[in-house]
Amino acid sequence: MKNIITIARKEFRTYFESPIAYIFITAFLLLVNFLYLWTFFLVGQADMRSFFGFMPFVFLFLVPSITMRLWAEERKMGTLEVLLTLPVQEKEVVLGKFIASFVFLLVMLALTFNIPLLVGFLGDPDWGMIICGYLGCLLMGASYLAIGLFASALSDNQIVAFILAIAICTAMLIVGEWFFLILVPDVFVPFFNYLGLGTHFESMGRGVIDTRDLLYYISVIGVFLYLNVYTVENRNWV
Amino acid sequence: MIKIENLTKYYGPVLAVDSVSFEVSKGEVVGFLGPNAAGKTTTMRVITCYLRPTSGTVSVAGYDIHNHPVEVRRRIGYLPENCPLYPEMNVVDYLNYIAKLRQVPAAERPRRVKEMIGITGLEDVLWKDIGELSKGFRQRVGLAQSMVHDPDILIFDEPTAGLDPNQIVEIRQLIREIGREKTIILSTHILPEVSATCDRVLIINDARLVASGTTDELVSRAKGADVVTAEIRGPEEEVYQALRKADFVDEFRKIKEGPEEDGAWLTLEIESTGDIREKLFRLVVEKNWSMRELKLEKMSLEEVFAKLTTS
Repeated sequence: MKNIITIARKEFRTYFESPIAYIFITAFLLLVNFLYLWTFFLVGQADMRSFFGFMPFVFLFLVPSITMRLWAEERKMGTLEVLLTLPVQEKEVVLGKFIASFVFLLVMLALTFNIPLLVGFLGDPDWGMIICGYLGCLLMGASYLAIGLFASALSDNQIVAFILAIAICTAMLIVGEWFFLILVPDVFVPFFNYLGLGTHFESMGRGVIDTRDLLYYISVIGVFLYLNVYTVENRNWV
Repeated sequence: MIKIENLTKYYGPVLAVDSVSFEVSKGEVVGFLGPNAAGKTTTMRVITCYLRPTSGTVSVAGYDIHNHPVEVRRRIGYLPENCPLYPEMNVVDYLNYIAKLRQVPAAERPRRVKEMIGITGLEDVLWKDIGELSKGFRQRVGLAQSMVHDPDILIFDEPTAGLDPNQIVEIRQLIREIGREKTIILSTHILPEVSATCDRVLIINDARLVASGTTDELVSRAKGADVVTAEIRGPEEEVYQALRKADFVDEFRKIKEGPEEDGAWLTLEIESTGDIREKLFRLVVEKNWSMRELKLEKMSLEEVFAKLTTS
């Protein structure tokens, strides 16, 4: 446990050692505010439904860029050879890196606080729904992170890791969307619908917390973190 | 301390290490010698539990690398090739980070880190980012990192690669000092380094261990006949005849004829078994010729290495 925290703290600090993190967060906030305010005054409703509506797609491109560095860079630089010959277990390293990226995501999301403030200032929103939506964002984001982290371990090239992560996330997202579901036989529709990353998010964005959705996200995170540990433990990297 | 049995490692279809076995006992400094891509790094990566072997077993201080990798890693300090470090961290933060992960108790950590900084001479660059350091300083950070937990075993992969001659001397001296109490395996393809720092040499070539022993043992094993170089002045034909008749000479050849100023000096290479210098001297005196050089050729480690790795 101590090792996990040590690694997580180091990885988290590394984000802010370079200007990229600041530029990245600024870009994210500008994008999100722009997308939200674009329709906010037109619709004239004091809720954050549209905000939670576009989040799965914003995350699709932003979250893999948080994780792409974590393994690929260490593989390329060779620093992994030091890290993985320290008396730490592979799963501790995986969890440490995951927690660091999760805290980064948390900071990013927390900085969107101006949107709920604005909504609260202009109207009387359903706060339960907003909190529930944010929780959904975190869970979905964490799933993307787990996928991205896994993808990062598959290559020593950050760009490859990034694209691979987007590909896996997109695949997981569209299997639950209507434009994919109309193509599959009716018997499989509930199955694919359940498998979709976005499906579970929609209901949370509406303010519904269902244990099935929680279980889904926790399973996705667990499966990809496990695959990550497996990949790292069975490495045969030159 | 370290016991390796039939270690074999494939990278996909490529054979990197082919059933290598050896042992290193406590307190030994062992040089791992071989051309590039011979399998040195791979062997070290297996010992340090970075890579798993395809087959074979390795045990370090009684712990098997398959069953107790964390225990093995705890006892080893490792400096990988090219000394990979995090460029964005400063020296103190980096050493503290490694010390923490190496499970140096919090109370001892400042003392250990300080000690390492003293040993490796990093006082002047403590707060600099590692990315800004010169190659020599980075190498020292790498060494400090590998010793911060006071391990019994140290494994250095080409510790002097890329350093300038002064730095090389310093690092070698450092390794010799550490080697007084610790078990060290170091790899290199610089031969004088081995004679300068190691008790024993392992030569690996084409994935196989081809020789093992002290420098002297390897030299005497690799060389065939003893060769004596002598410069003799006397009537050429007479000299040849006498040498042909002498029972201690196996074979000889003229390699050079000297300047004519005061009669021709013949430079001869004489092969024999055993040291024949005294006999040769007496022969020259007896015949009333002159002699101005008499040297027993010692095979250098370079030649041993070339002989063992090129046939």
